[in-house]
Order: sequence, then C-alpha cells, then structure tokens
Amino acid sequence: MNYQVNEKGYYGEFGGAWIPEMMFANIDELQKRYLEIIENDDFKTEFNSLLKDYVGRPSPLYYASRLSERYGSQIYLKREDLNHTGSHKLNNTVGQILLAQKLGKTRIIAETGAGQHGLATATVCALKGLQCVVYMGALDVKRQESNVKKMKMLGAEVVPVYSGNQTLKDATNEAMRDWISNPGDTHYIIGSVVGPHPYPDMVARFQSVISAEMKTQLLEKTGSELPARVMACVGGGSNAAGAFYHFLDHPEVELIGVEAAGKGIETKETAATLAVGTPGVLHASKTYLMQNRDGQITEPYSISAGLDYPGIGPLHAHLFKTGRARYLAATDEEVLQAVLLLTRLEGIIPALESAHALAALEKITLRPDEATVVCLSGRGDKDMQTYLDYFGY
Amino acid sequence: MNIENRINQLFRKKDRNIFSVYFTAGYPRLHDTAAIIELLEQNGVDLVEIGIPFSDPTADGPVIQRSNDAALKNGMSLELLFEQLAKVREKVRIPLALMGYFNPVYQFGVERFCRRCRETGIDGVILPDLPLEEYQEHFQPFFAENNLHNILLITPQTPDDRIRKIDAASSGFLYMVSSSSTTGTGKKVEDFHREYFERVHDLQLKNPRLIGFGISDRATFENACRYANGAIIGSAFVKSLDSSDPLEQVIARFAAEITGRR
Repeated sequence: MNYQVNEKGYYGEFGGAWIPEMMFANIDELQKRYLEIIENDDFKTEFNSLLKDYVGRPSPLYYASRLSERYGSQIYLKREDLNHTGSHKLNNTVGQILLAQKLGKTRIIAETGAGQHGLATATVCALKGLQCVVYMGALDVKRQESNVKKMKMLGAEVVPVYSGNQTLKDATNEAMRDWISNPGDTHYIIGSVVGPHPYPDMVARFQSVISAEMKTQLLEKTGSELPARVMACVGGGSNAAGAFYHFLDHPEVELIGVEAAGKGIETKETAATLAVGTPGVLHASKTYLMQNRDGQITEPYSISAGLDYPGIGPLHAHLFKTGRARYLAATDEEVLQAVLLLTRLEGIIPALESAHALAALEKITLRPDEATVVCLSGRGDKDMQTYLDYFGY
Repeated sequence: MNIENRINQLFRKKDRNIFSVYFTAGYPRLHDTAAIIELLEQNGVDLVEIGIPFSDPTADGPVIQRSNDAALKNGMSLELLFEQLAKVREKVRIPLALMGYFNPVYQFGVERFCRRCRETGIDGVILPDLPLEEYQEHFQPFFAENNLHNILLITPQTPDDRIRKIDAASSGFLYMVSSSSTTGTGKKVEDFHREYFERVHDLQLKNPRLIGFGISDRATFENACRYANGAIIGSAFVKSLDSSDPLEQVIARFAAEITGRR
C-alpha cells in the first residue's frame, strides 16, 4: 500500500485541489515548485539549522516512568511541548516562511484555532521581518486570550472572524478569502495537513522531523527504532501526520489517531470527523467531513479550540479508509482527567489537544514489554483558565 | 432530441449589454424564489443565476455570506429548490443557471443533479470550486447528456494558455471575474482592469463572456459591457432585497437603476 500523495495530489480517493479559479495561479506555482524548493540542499541546511538552534530540536523523547507504571507498559512522550512557542506548529511555519521567501512573497496570512499556529506564524514573521495577518474565530479569540496577546506583541494583526460558529473553520474561510483578494504578494501558511494539494504533503514533510527523531531516539533507548505503537491527537492532523510519517511503511507499528469526541460522538456536540463524518469537499480538499445530508457543514464542538474542525487531512482519511491507522475519540471529560493524571504523575501540564492522545491510553490494551510513543504536541499554558475553572484551584 | 439551450439562444439573439443577475435562493424569505425570477424577467433581465446556499462560501464577500446563512436558516436545500422551480418554466422564458459550491451538489449526486436540472429547465451550472480538471475527468458526460452548460471562471491571474484551455472546455459563456477579490467587496471595475479585459479580448475566444464581481451600479455595468457581452450583478442585488418594500417595487427600481430604462 502506498501512503504518499500521488502526482494529482491524492491519497487514494482523498485530497486533490478543489480550488476556485481565483486561487489557481498561487496553487499551481506551489504545486510546481514546492518539492524543488524544499528538497534543495541550501534550503535543507537553513531549515535544519533553524530547527536546531531556534526551535530547539531535537525535542526529547522522554520515558514517562510513573505513567508507564500506572498503565503497566512502557510509555514514551515525544516532547513537542518543549519547542519554542510551545507546540509542534513551529516546525511547519519555519519551513513555510523559508518557502515563502523563495517565492518572493512579502505578506503572510494564517488561520488559527487554539492560537498555536497563529503564534508560530507570528513568530517566524517577526524572525524574517514579514507582514503577518492571522485570522481567528471570535470565540477562539476569547478562549485563547494569552496567545492573542503574544501574536500582537510579535507584531501580527489578529483579525477576529464573526461568521459561522466563530471558530477554526470560519477562520480558514476568511484566510482563503484574503488570499483570493491578495494573490500577488501573499503566501498563506496553512497550519495543518489540510487544504488543497500540495499543502497536506508539504506540511506533513515539514512535520515529519517528529518521527525521524523518534526513530533515532528509540534506537538509542530501546535498541529498536520501531515502537509497538504511536499515538497522537487529530484535528486537521498535522502532529499525527508528523508522528506517523516515517512509520507508515512499517505495518508492525500500530498508528492511533485520537479525535475530539467533545461531549460524545453520539451527541451533536463533537468534533470527531472520522467517527461521524462522510466524504465531501471542503477547503479545497476531498475528505471526511461533518455535514448534514444536504452537504452543509455542521458546526463542530470540542473543549479544545485546536481540534474544533469539521474536516480532517486527506492523508488521515486514506489511513482510516485503508485501515493503516486506527482512530479513537476522547471526550472533554476524559481529556481533563488525562490532563490531571499527567500533571500529577510526571509534572507536565499538557495542552488540551495533546491530552486527547493521553486519554486514549485508557481505551487500548497495553502490554508490559511494548513501547508506546505518545506525541505530546503542546503545552498547557494557553489552557490554564480552562483548567483553573474546571479543577477549581 | 435536444432543443437549443436557452443560453445559446440568448447569445445568438443578443451579443451586447446582457444583463444578468444573481440571487441566493431562500433569501430573504424561503419561498420567494419563483417570484424573484419572474420579476427579474419582467424587468428586462436576460439571464438569472440562482444561488444554491452553502455553509462555507469561501469565494464570497460579506453580503452573499449573509444571504447564504439566512437562506440556510430559513430551511433552503437543493431538494427544496428543485421543488420550488418545478413549475418555473410555465412562466419564465429567459435562461436560468444554478450557481453554488460543489459539496451540496456532490452530496445530492452530480448525475442526479444534472438530470434534475434538465427536467426543471435549467440551462447552465456555475460551481466555482469544481476545477476544470476534476470536471473533465469525472463529470463532463453528465452535463453533456443533459444539455447543460458548465460555466467556468477566468480571472486576472489566469495565464493565457489556461484561458484557452478553459475556453475550449467551456460552452455557454465564460464567467470573467473582474478583479482579484471575493464577491461584493467594492473593488470597482476601473481602468486598471483594461489591460486584462483587452488581453482576453485579443485571444479571440470561441465563447461569449460575461463579467462578474464588482459590478454594482449603472456605471460599472456599462463599463463592463464595453469589454464583454454583458455583466453579472450579485451582491448589489442581494443587498437591495433587504428593503422592506414589496419585491415588485424593489426589483423594478433595481433594474431601472442599472439599465437606465423606466
């Protein structure tokens, strides 16, 4: 089975570039040039140097001994939360800002949900001195206030979006409208493995450093570069794509993505696209969507702003359809318990998004002699208000 | 046997100043669809684009976003739209096109959609996020079998060789997007587009062209008509429907403003 994108931008039956003609010139340029640019030796040297000295990579692979004891198994955490700006998002924005410069673009736009991608974009724009506009649902602006302040301090303009549910989907719509209106000078840094080809592949490649490092670190710590399984949370699915990437062709490694069940996949308040969705076309990609029978996109819900998206990257749709990866879902309640568990057992306060992967440890069978890697995609600083309100400190 | 498509008939009889109007089905009220079409015809409109509302209209500006949201809240769906249009051909003779985003059509079933269009008397379809390549690879026969034009867009960024490719794959007319913008954003059709309009004119394309996006009043309409066979007005018309006056008055006033006819 092939898990790479084909020349038309498809993973099996999913993906493509369902763009209006207004976006053709920009997408066509990206499709024709992205591989030549990012495979270039000078580009790689600069990218890797920034990953090392600016992002702070490699991120540690930490053997979580008390968590392992609790589950009677061997659990490793891939510490993307220790990256500069607090999540895996910076891996992608560093890559895309270098690409934008090669394309001669001077203005950067981005969408953001939890604010982690917006923050990572504002950060690299400050680093390279480029103008930055971040679209963010008005509801998310409220619930992720600290990230909004950081973006503004970094010099980005944060535009609240009042349409729809005022969350990530609506921010993405507005960023696409901006790009349609500003095709010449602007590059759109999409934050996940979603959108038209080549974004899903390009973002997965930039994030694949996560699994590349895991292999080296596992070999050193366990004597084998292959774990029994890799687990990661999935909204659009960029940290999962990065964590799965170099294990895709090793069928003996079990891959588990964890979606946001919200208040439960049997309720209407959920963001678990693969659990409740059907194939369709949104944001220029053919993939699973949460939609009604008329093809209208339904509003997702999750306690975590970063997973609050009614679609999923086409790579994950393909891994789901072919059975290469398994997708579970964790409810808000389960996630908050997982947050507290990690905090008290390991002294690490995780982001709400990342805690979905941790919550799924309760849902699978773990054997004593197996190594499981959980991608801890981000830290919990941005979620402190939610935690304080819920736990009552 | 196919009767001649009404869009072809229109362009055969009239090659200048074609006055085309877009509105969103289900807005402002759920059951105004047929009345709006009839009134547009009575007031001299040559071609009507009936918008299929979508939850995420990424190529549209605020006015059409709002009309889409309101129409969906009112309960509009593609199934209901076809029901509302079932008897439209008893009264209306001008060509009609359906315009919307791909996903609702995809969920309805593209083949079934094309068949229903033919049964209803629809002459063309405009789906901005159905790219040329996907259309040709998967859907073209459904349109051809049902005597239905798939209207494709060109923009100021479309390279000449692609414009020729789109022209070759098109029938009916080309939807010429006036500038780099979403709909209804107030970027006006002004002199700086002349280079693009003249470049397209010089390509000697086989299809007639209508200019859309940024056409909002008589001045922009007349200017667009200098460079193409006519123009399409969307947001400005949708906005005029916000009025509390009766539809008859609103539409007569709007048409008179654009054409200068009384």
